[in-house]
Amino acid sequence: MTTTILDMRDIQKCFGPVKALSRVNLKVGDGEIHAICGENGAGKSTLMKILSGVYPHGSFTGDIVFDGKPRTFQGLRDSEALGICIIHQELALVPMLSITENLFLGNEIARHGVIDWNQAHRRARDLLARVGLDASPQTLVGKLGIGQQQMVEIAKALAKDVRLLILDEPTASLNEKDSDTLLKLMLELKGRGITSIIISHKLNEIGRVADEITVIRDGSTVDVIDCRAEPIDEARVIRSMVGRELSDRYPSRVSEIGETLFEVEGWSVGDPERPGRDRIRNINFHVRRGEVVGIAGLMGSGRTEFAMSVFGRTYGTNIRGKARLEGREVDLGTVRKAIDQGLAYATEDRKGAGLVLGESITRNTSMANLAAVSKRWVMNELAETKVAVDYQARLRIRTPNVLQSVDKLSGGNQQKVVLGKWLFSDPKVLILDEPTRGIDVGAKYEIYGVVNQVVSEGRGVVMISSEMPELLGTCDRIYVMNEGRFVGEFPIAEASQEKIMHAIMKNEVIQ
Amino acid sequence: MNEVSVPLASKPSALTSFKRGAREYGLLASLIVIMVFFQVATGGALMQPLNLTNLLLQNSYIVVMALGMLMVIVCGHIDLSVGSVVGVIGAIAAVLMVQYRMDFFTVTIICLATGALIGAAQGYWVAVWGMPSFIVTLAGMLIFRGATIAISQGQSIGPFPPAFSAISSGFIPDIFASEHLRITSLLVGIAVAAAFWIVEYRSRRRTLKSGGNAAPMALFALKNGVITALIVYFCYLLSTYRGIPTVLVIMSVLIGVYTFIMNRTVIGRWIYAVGGNLKAAKLSGINTSRVTFFAFVNMGVLAAVAGLIFVARLNSATPRGGSGFELDVIAAVFIGGASASGGVGKVVGVVIGAFIMGVLNNGMSIMGIGIDYQQMIKGAVLLAAVFVDVYQKSKV
Repeated sequence: MTTTILDMRDIQKCFGPVKALSRVNLKVGDGEIHAICGENGAGKSTLMKILSGVYPHGSFTGDIVFDGKPRTFQGLRDSEALGICIIHQELALVPMLSITENLFLGNEIARHGVIDWNQAHRRARDLLARVGLDASPQTLVGKLGIGQQQMVEIAKALAKDVRLLILDEPTASLNEKDSDTLLKLMLELKGRGITSIIISHKLNEIGRVADEITVIRDGSTVDVIDCRAEPIDEARVIRSMVGRELSDRYPSRVSEIGETLFEVEGWSVGDPERPGRDRIRNINFHVRRGEVVGIAGLMGSGRTEFAMSVFGRTYGTNIRGKARLEGREVDLGTVRKAIDQGLAYATEDRKGAGLVLGESITRNTSMANLAAVSKRWVMNELAETKVAVDYQARLRIRTPNVLQSVDKLSGGNQQKVVLGKWLFSDPKVLILDEPTRGIDVGAKYEIYGVVNQVVSEGRGVVMISSEMPELLGTCDRIYVMNEGRFVGEFPIAEASQEKIMHAIMKNEVIQ
Repeated sequence: MNEVSVPLASKPSALTSFKRGAREYGLLASLIVIMVFFQVATGGALMQPLNLTNLLLQNSYIVVMALGMLMVIVCGHIDLSVGSVVGVIGAIAAVLMVQYRMDFFTVTIICLATGALIGAAQGYWVAVWGMPSFIVTLAGMLIFRGATIAISQGQSIGPFPPAFSAISSGFIPDIFASEHLRITSLLVGIAVAAAFWIVEYRSRRRTLKSGGNAAPMALFALKNGVITALIVYFCYLLSTYRGIPTVLVIMSVLIGVYTFIMNRTVIGRWIYAVGGNLKAAKLSGINTSRVTFFAFVNMGVLAAVAGLIFVARLNSATPRGGSGFELDVIAAVFIGGASASGGVGKVVGVVIGAFIMGVLNNGMSIMGIGIDYQQMIKGAVLLAAVFVDVYQKSKV
């Protein structure tokens, strides 16, 4: 048994009358990788904010023992001084500054207030080597991919002599390759004696790296699982997380596939950032009535760009190719036209481009189809509210009422509002871009149920996802995309994770 | 993160519905407090019917422009040029009416069209080319100020034909022709108060029917009781002088129309959506650049209306007419609770905000406070009002 580096005992935290944490215990051994699992809203983030001092000592009850001594953190500075570093899902880097500048931000290598750039760059190079990031320290952070930015964040933690590294859903926005690199790095850091806490929804990743798992549900620790001895029992983790058995993570569906509903032929799209180069190259794509079609691929393979270029030319320049809906060639030149023709696109960026966060569920639901709840430009608010209540019930959006502003909802419920908005626009083809990113197992299941419902009504669904098991569990057919082209197409019966990865690695265009 | 699922049916308490409207109640209460303060400090001069009439006349153009500025700010932009637009429209009106002897109606049409054109010209750069509105309208501010001086050739032009200056100096006719009390004006006031009750009551019923959170009856009655009492009281005061000024009628109609547009029409929804989240609005099929363009055109037209009211009141157009108005207008919108990042703001708040500024100006002038201190105090009030807003948000 290793010694305990962190022991959080009976942590309780209330926000007004609402109890966010009611009885959490967390014990982390020195030098181990400890995973925390729980549904969204279970209290993981709150717990980490308490640990890092964002919620200062006294605003909660319970004890934090770190390195053998009880601690009373008043703010981030106190916890960082002891080597506790937290890396949030939303990265805290300044895109317009270089890697070096970001690494030592607030901690500059300077003499008498003058920065010693030579030494700073040298140290930055060392740190980058330690995290295995091959980039010049003078590169602007904004030019790096998300995965590389995460490496910079970790390097920044290393620069502060981190002892306990906390990663809040580090792989949520990473593709498989970057996730893999990150997990390897975690294991490497472990080898050097750095303790890590990882918060994640992805059980396969946890299975690879974690020594121990603490499961939190509704603000309490419900299970602690040691996975050094034997491989983790995924069913047990899920059971503890949701408090019920999910016999099948994907609801079953009998496919009733009809004729071709929507097709795209010879679709090519210019890259707005690199004039003269094509981001999307000569894609042929179709979706049939009642069919769920997946688009697999690595992050940055052009899936979102393809979908957005189709949906009202919201991405790209110089778009070429034909789009046919129910056999007729259609003009999808603006978002309005695309919606009117029967297309809907639920963005991957829920908060940034999917919802007006300060507005109510009602107003977000009606936003893409105001014509249906107005007459001669005047809103019919009664009809509008009825629509919102209807979708709230159908999608089981958990809220006191539909006038609630959406920023108060959890991620899963926000995603349901986005779905409600697009279902209300009555689309023939619904494009879902990463519909379950960052939401918990229970809400995911419900969203798959909605997808099944949608296709059973004779619509078509296009699902873009970085989670291969999700595509394999829900789709009838899967396209594989790489570098802006389709490099594979598999009916579900023939598809597997290995085949998809193989298609990506081979990178051979299909015709 | 405190995402806790809450049971589906929870009835709003009186307290929560009060908090919901706290911003508007707070503003209205501040206006009343400020008015009471100056009423006492000026020994009753503030509410003298003559002064009250002046107060309305002085503020009418600020209120009118604030309605347009609200749309621009909710869209996430700003318009610094409105003061200069007031000047240039005033100059155009004066040249056409005084020097070219054109009739009042034609000139009004020309001026409103010019305002729309100016708004369109500025909106074009912002909406189509994505230039920051701050810069575009800063340029506009300089250009139209220069144009004002050029058109008026650096001279004051006046006086206007009486039919035109009646916009600002006229009052609604009194059909009873009584000596001391303008009964028509009083009756109009009562009618307006009654209409206000009906509109508010119906909107409350609509909210309740759609399962929303409406204020409890007692609070609702209290709020509307106070407002209707104020309307009737002010109309009574006005009718003891010369009755309801024509400008007040213009202003009230505009306030009514813009409240309706912002709250109940599709265009209103578009404006709030564009300011609340531009990307989401765009992906929902809203033509965001058209909405932005419209907001600027609308602002131009309202600045033209304000310009006409302003020169009619002075009865002459001056080269520096309207300078600095943009600051009062923008301050009124922010005091009224609009958010600098867009997406938030209500017509009623902005109107109250404009009158808070107006009463401060008027009250301090009566008290004989110098322009130096007046500016400092107004600045402090703006800062305080926005601070209260930011503070409340940070508490949530």
